[in-house]
Amino acid sequence: MRGDGLSASLPVHPVPDMFSPVSAPAESIRELSWLVFGISAGILIVVVGVLAYCVIRFRERPGDDREPPQIYGSNQIELAWTLVPALIVVVLFLATARTINELELRQPPPGALKTTIVGHQWWWEIRYPDLGIVTANELHLPVAGEGKDRVAYLTLESADVIHSFWVPQLAGKTDVVPNRVNGMWVAPREAGTYLGQCAEYCGTQHAHMLLRVIVHPQADFDAWVAAQKRPEVVDAAVADGRAVFQATACVNCHTLGGTGARGTFGPDLTHLMSRETIGAGAAENTPENLRAWIVDPDHLKPGVLMPAMKLDRADIDKLTAYLLTLQ
Amino acid sequence: MSTATATEGVELPAPEETTLLSKGRVGMACLILTESSFFLVFIVAYLFYIGKSLTGPYPKDVLSPPIVNTICLLSSSITITLAVRALRAGNQSAFRLWWLSTILLGVEFLVGTGLEWRGLIEDHGLTIATNLFGTTFYSLVGFHALHVTIGLALLLAVLLFALAGHVASEHAERAEVLSWYWHFVDAVWIAVFTVVYVVGR
Amino acid sequence: MAVIDTPAAGRATTERLPLSAVLHEWVVTVDHKRLGLMYIGSGLVFFLVAGLLASLMRIQLAVPQNDFLGPKAFNRLMTMHGTTMVFFVGMPMFFGFANYLVPLMIGARDLAFPRLNAFGFWMFLFGGLLLYFSFLGGEGLYGAGTAPDVGWFAYSPLTSRAFSRGNATDYWILGILASGIGSTATALNLVATILALRCPGMTLAKMPLFVWIMLVDAVLVLVALTPLAAAQVMLLFDRFLGSHFFDTQAGGSAVLWQHFFWFFGHPEVYILILPAFAIANEVVPVFSRKPLFGYPIMVGATLAIGLISLGVWAHHMFVVGLSAAANTFFAASTMLIAVPTGIKIFNWLGTMWGGRIRFRMPMLWCTAFIVEFVIAGLTGVMLAVVPFDWQLSDSYFVVAHFHFVLIGGLLFNIFAAIYYWFPKATGRMLDERLGRLHFWFLVFGFNVTFVTMHFPGLLGMPRRIYTYLPGRGWDTLNLIVSLGVVFQAIGVLFFLWNVVASLRSGERAGDDPWDAWTLEWSTTSPPPAYNFETIPVVRSRRPLWDLKHPADPDWKYE
Repeated sequence: MRGDGLSASLPVHPVPDMFSPVSAPAESIRELSWLVFGISAGILIVVVGVLAYCVIRFRERPGDDREPPQIYGSNQIELAWTLVPALIVVVLFLATARTINELELRQPPPGALKTTIVGHQWWWEIRYPDLGIVTANELHLPVAGEGKDRVAYLTLESADVIHSFWVPQLAGKTDVVPNRVNGMWVAPREAGTYLGQCAEYCGTQHAHMLLRVIVHPQADFDAWVAAQKRPEVVDAAVADGRAVFQATACVNCHTLGGTGARGTFGPDLTHLMSRETIGAGAAENTPENLRAWIVDPDHLKPGVLMPAMKLDRADIDKLTAYLLTLQ
Repeated sequence: MSTATATEGVELPAPEETTLLSKGRVGMACLILTESSFFLVFIVAYLFYIGKSLTGPYPKDVLSPPIVNTICLLSSSITITLAVRALRAGNQSAFRLWWLSTILLGVEFLVGTGLEWRGLIEDHGLTIATNLFGTTFYSLVGFHALHVTIGLALLLAVLLFALAGHVASEHAERAEVLSWYWHFVDAVWIAVFTVVYVVGR
Repeated sequence: MAVIDTPAAGRATTERLPLSAVLHEWVVTVDHKRLGLMYIGSGLVFFLVAGLLASLMRIQLAVPQNDFLGPKAFNRLMTMHGTTMVFFVGMPMFFGFANYLVPLMIGARDLAFPRLNAFGFWMFLFGGLLLYFSFLGGEGLYGAGTAPDVGWFAYSPLTSRAFSRGNATDYWILGILASGIGSTATALNLVATILALRCPGMTLAKMPLFVWIMLVDAVLVLVALTPLAAAQVMLLFDRFLGSHFFDTQAGGSAVLWQHFFWFFGHPEVYILILPAFAIANEVVPVFSRKPLFGYPIMVGATLAIGLISLGVWAHHMFVVGLSAAANTFFAASTMLIAVPTGIKIFNWLGTMWGGRIRFRMPMLWCTAFIVEFVIAGLTGVMLAVVPFDWQLSDSYFVVAHFHFVLIGGLLFNIFAAIYYWFPKATGRMLDERLGRLHFWFLVFGFNVTFVTMHFPGLLGMPRRIYTYLPGRGWDTLNLIVSLGVVFQAIGVLFFLWNVVASLRSGERAGDDPWDAWTLEWSTTSPPPAYNFETIPVVRSRRPLWDLKHPADPDWKYE
């Protein structure tokens, strides 16, 4: 399994469980949910209890043909069962309003790590404007210290249709909408790999827009940043593979370090092999899969917007060998 | 179950008076309600997109308030009211005269709108596809004009029936119901005029 | 055919006509009872088809990385399932039951505008057939053709020409526009009928609550459906005339579509569920042998629900990035609507309390309805808690919630209504034993599927995905969800068997098999074409109670 070498020792959390939060917004939400569950359980028990009582106690008995007392209503009872729910609603509303305010953050606070997430059909572009890094599908973050000013702020945009950024263990989801800039923040306090995926139907391969958030201890994060900032690996052994890349239409869609390729329709490939999957989760990032992807991406991710490049076997071998060097 | 039946000597009270509305009036009120909802959405879209067009032409450059058209259309509300009143009183000739005036005023409105559109398209290059202003303008004004057209077709049908001698004072309520539709079309115009030529310019 | 045939005036019932003549009668009918049955029948057919689509989806999702359906086919099925259930099952059930019962309940001979009624039905059917014709284009039935694949709420800019080539989206627009015209016509017809054709003595305060709810529901249709039509016309202009309503490249707003759609969409779900309330309001009292508890408050609660439902739409948009003020407002209005809804539930319990409850099929369904609907309402309130919704929105938790509302709420009471009024429409009872098999299989399967379904949502599974990776904690849960479908399908099969068998040889019903109290039970089963020999005169909300208890009539107490 390829990767950046730094995440191998981190625990992977395969289940995106919002009840095992590791970051501030998700933790506040879990707190709120206990209140909600408690109130709901109480109401359910009362209502079902009364219903069960009626079903048992007021069932018709065989041989009893009399009509029961015909009661039309009672204003006091109506008042009671209007006021009590209204009060419950007020309590719930106040808790909700308070949490909305607590979690709302329209601008990055000072000291925040700024990232920009751009949703595409069907992959995530991830930029670190202050650090000068662009990557795809994996968001690397340092563990946040105490205090809200050590958060990571995500500016959310879309290049095409509406998508939604959702990593349940970190925060609630926020949509990425074309022609609109949204924002959210996270403050992960535990290193590890956390999973999520696009949560707004965005076309054929909505199911394969997976997200990995890899939270490193600060030192490891700095090392990752340094590795990403390194220029593209130029290995003379694969020079002819590099030539194939530059000569084919790849450059129209992909950006790749020093090759002059500046396409933005598809993911930046400069550090392709530092990522764990291809196609935003469509397949593991292995040499076999990489080769299969170039031959016919539609086979691994039906409906994907990258066409099969129809290269001959020799060219594909060279190209694959070249891409495999891009750490 | 009849009013007269009384079992075992129990005396039944008189049934309560019900207030029943005329189905024609209720039907037209429902139509007006649902059409209002329809226009509301186009008006909201117009208001929302004011000032948001990325390119011109812009409203203040190309729009001038259609005063004459507006006077004609709003006057037609008066003429149709007079027509219905005349019909109710049994005055055939007055009814036909006022009804015809309504139609002519409505036709003037449509012609005026058509001329305005021709100017916008030919002189200023504004179409529904040009920018957000074009999109919201032509759709809102266009749907209003469509409703005027439908109204005119209905009014014309009634005029033809009247000329053939089939419309009498007992049909006054039907004419009134149709006039409600016409008043609605005028009311929508007041809203459209305000939004497009006053607020949006 | 002769069983549900109401003989046209002047023809003896024993005459057997050739099939072509019978079909002709039904095709040209303007009789509210026949149109009502046609609405309900069509709705049931679409229900079976959409249920089949869902079953195929559940086969695909039963195991991770399944290859039973590819993404394109799955996305088309997912869109068609939702669109069909909302527009071509839920709506015709409302119009069908309203059509059949409202004139009978108010002592009228037909709807206010019978020909408009027929027009409304045929427009609805045309719209549905147009939508389903989309399966035959493109790759044809096997690849689900050019059926729409944009989800039942068709968010822009996914629906723009750029991202939805071909005509799939256009079928979605046109099918719904066409049937929407029919819906508006029928709603207008219902309002006019209720306000203009009530029999002597039936003031608004003496109408069966069923009729009140149909009135409010029809007004909601009038207010809420045209905004959808307007938005769809805008989309059509974007796609064909190059306009920019939702064109983000030209400065347009993708969120504007959502506002317009949900301004329709939220009232729409109340339009769908109100008939379930209407049915409970008739069944629960008759089978508890008591009048409905708190009639005036129930009217008030219905009006409140109708009104507030127009002000909650953005709770479908909590994750789009609206301001805190907007989110807070819509959280408040959404929680507010829970109060009148809760009042209704309490009043049904109040009706049952102190009664003498007969658990025949209609009451079994209504009892299950109360349980499932309370759960549905509670998960709805959970979703109104905005920050919690930021996690739950667009996940399987929401899917579980609305299936609880629409199946546990609406469908269960549709079955209650069918078991209750089938004898009136056909003159025969549905079989109780087959009914119980239908009930227990469906209720069991429903709960297995949809209780379980909450949990993948809580574990991060988004909606509308055609497959998922193993090891997320979703595998076993999805398998259980899919297995529940088997039981539901068996339940539905028992229902179909029951209908067919009972039409042929069900127990004869008589005018009033349930000992009920509203006017439809005062005429024959099935009613004659003219409904009543003489127009009834009423003095209370339960005219037949007054007749049966002349010493103790309702009008003394109301």
